[in-house]
Amino acid sequence: MRKRLLPLALLMLVAAPAWAEHPAECRVAENLTEPNFRLPHVTRAVGAKHLNILVVGAGSSQLPGTSGTGNAYPARLQQALASRLPGVDVKVTTDVKSGRTAAEMVKALPAALAASKPVLLVWQTGTVDAMLGVDPDLFSQSLDKGIKIARSAGADVVLINAQYSPRTESMIALGTYVDDMRWVALQQEVPLFDRFSIMKLWGELGTFDLYSATKKLDIAERVHDCIGRLLADMVVTAAKPEEPPTNGSR
Amino acid sequence: MAPVSTERDLRLDLFRGLALWLIFLDHIPSNAVNWITIRNYGFSDATEIFVFISGYTAAFVYGRAMQQHGFIVASARVLKRAWQIYVAHVFLLAIYLAEIAYVSSSFDNPLYTEEMGVLNFLKNPDVTILQALLLKFKPVNMDVLPLYILLLLWFPPMLWLLLRAPSLALITSASVYAFMWLFEWNLPAYPSGTWLFNPFAWQLLFVFGAWCALGGAENLSRWVHSPAMVGLAITYLLFAFAIAMTWYFPRLAVYVPKWVGDAIYPIDKTNLDVLRIMHFLALAIITVAFVPRDWPALKSWIFWPAIVCGQHSLETFCLGVFLSFAGHFVFTEVSNRVLTQIVVSFAGIAIMVAVAALISWYRQAERRGGGPRPPAAKPGYAGGEL
Repeated sequence: MRKRLLPLALLMLVAAPAWAEHPAECRVAENLTEPNFRLPHVTRAVGAKHLNILVVGAGSSQLPGTSGTGNAYPARLQQALASRLPGVDVKVTTDVKSGRTAAEMVKALPAALAASKPVLLVWQTGTVDAMLGVDPDLFSQSLDKGIKIARSAGADVVLINAQYSPRTESMIALGTYVDDMRWVALQQEVPLFDRFSIMKLWGELGTFDLYSATKKLDIAERVHDCIGRLLADMVVTAAKPEEPPTNGSR
Repeated sequence: MAPVSTERDLRLDLFRGLALWLIFLDHIPSNAVNWITIRNYGFSDATEIFVFISGYTAAFVYGRAMQQHGFIVASARVLKRAWQIYVAHVFLLAIYLAEIAYVSSSFDNPLYTEEMGVLNFLKNPDVTILQALLLKFKPVNMDVLPLYILLLLWFPPMLWLLLRAPSLALITSASVYAFMWLFEWNLPAYPSGTWLFNPFAWQLLFVFGAWCALGGAENLSRWVHSPAMVGLAITYLLFAFAIAMTWYFPRLAVYVPKWVGDAIYPIDKTNLDVLRIMHFLALAIITVAFVPRDWPALKSWIFWPAIVCGQHSLETFCLGVFLSFAGHFVFTEVSNRVLTQIVVSFAGIAIMVAVAALISWYRQAERRGGGPRPPAAKPGYAGGEL
């Protein structure tokens, strides 16, 4: 599988400028990025030509290095949304610090919401809780609480679960936390961006070599770019005004 | 009440052997072959089977010891077994530390800066290793043996009660389970959280297994074989199967009414959710109904590989954990193609069978050879081993 990647990488070097437009490797099974709930606040904000998004996350929402912030998925999301929604002023602010559990992020949430007044909270969490073995019940409660806080501040929520990380799979038991996020998302009726399944599919298809022991940033940057784009697709689809709810009428 | 039967029930070995294979397959992350394991088709998984059968065999073996040699001797044997399991756990821990140390020194992908934080405990091994020896720090997939140790420590008084007042023992066990839910009992883990397999919950299945071994199964047998019960069990298994399908095909989730979802989720593995117990019981009812105890096939060569693994469960289990580490290592270092995954899975099972057969042969040779071992040591093995 890894060998197949070399020609692909070469191809991408050649096709770099075109690839910036719509990278084929991002495309994954449609049902993974299809939102099953609507984002009414975002719909209204897009109509008002002013979209303000807050990304709250931990270490997997950032990249190291001087150009890390510009290449990490929050910045890529802003760029993808700006090109998908011409004429709309898109602004993405971040509250990202590595090593934070869901409960710690909830604590910082009111202040961050008050500072940026977003219509959408993109909330990435789960990895650190899994690493520390936080009680899954408490984890779910934190998620519920965070969603409630965001809603009362007038923001929709999109949850992002953990990254798929094949090398550390035998060391971090993500399963429970990934499942819990699915259930909370379903119960609270918020779209879940299933980063775990998407990256797992990339790994299986050989889109990205996630086993790679590289110390370089190239794969990481492309992964974040793709996540930003797919996330933008999901937000745009979930905020489309004309379509009837796909799933919200359960 | 006496252990009813003297001949070993091969079905126990067969299903424990199969459970050990499934646990091995489930423990290899990203393994295509674990599609075949039962956890994908319902609520319960191989852990329930393993714990139940372990309780059953423990009662079978130590129940007789307690009747023949008294409480003290039988308890001493149980504790010796718990000690053996502890040693096995520490041995696995050493292998795990070696793997993790290797990964931390060879892997540094910037995409996974956060995830690599899990290796930080290598920076203060003094704390981590001590916590591991106290059974508080339990790496991924190393939760079953600590559970087993605690279940055995709790077993002598339960066995004593089971031999005198089996119903009372079962009620005691169920009460502990109920109190666990009521007061949220669990043991603390390190660095945070609680035990993944809550011993206050899982003891119920262990004690229930023991209760069945000491005559409970006979009492239940008319019930279990009734068509109504079998029908109910099949219905429940189909329901669980339908729910499980919605996990893999999210589009199907729309057809699950909201109140059903609210009622069943989350299905709690840590605290052995009632839905999981019911799923296991349904599986057990179907098994007992369709696989008779004297089924000739149980003695045929087809089932021998699983049976021999089930007869040496501690060794096979430990080997399985080690092999799952090794299998994952092959995926990361060599290849993670589906073909490799299939080869690794089947090679792992073949190794488990080969080692179990070797142990079996060695035990027989040892026993035949006579040697200094007095026959009195036999009863511990007479029903096979735990």
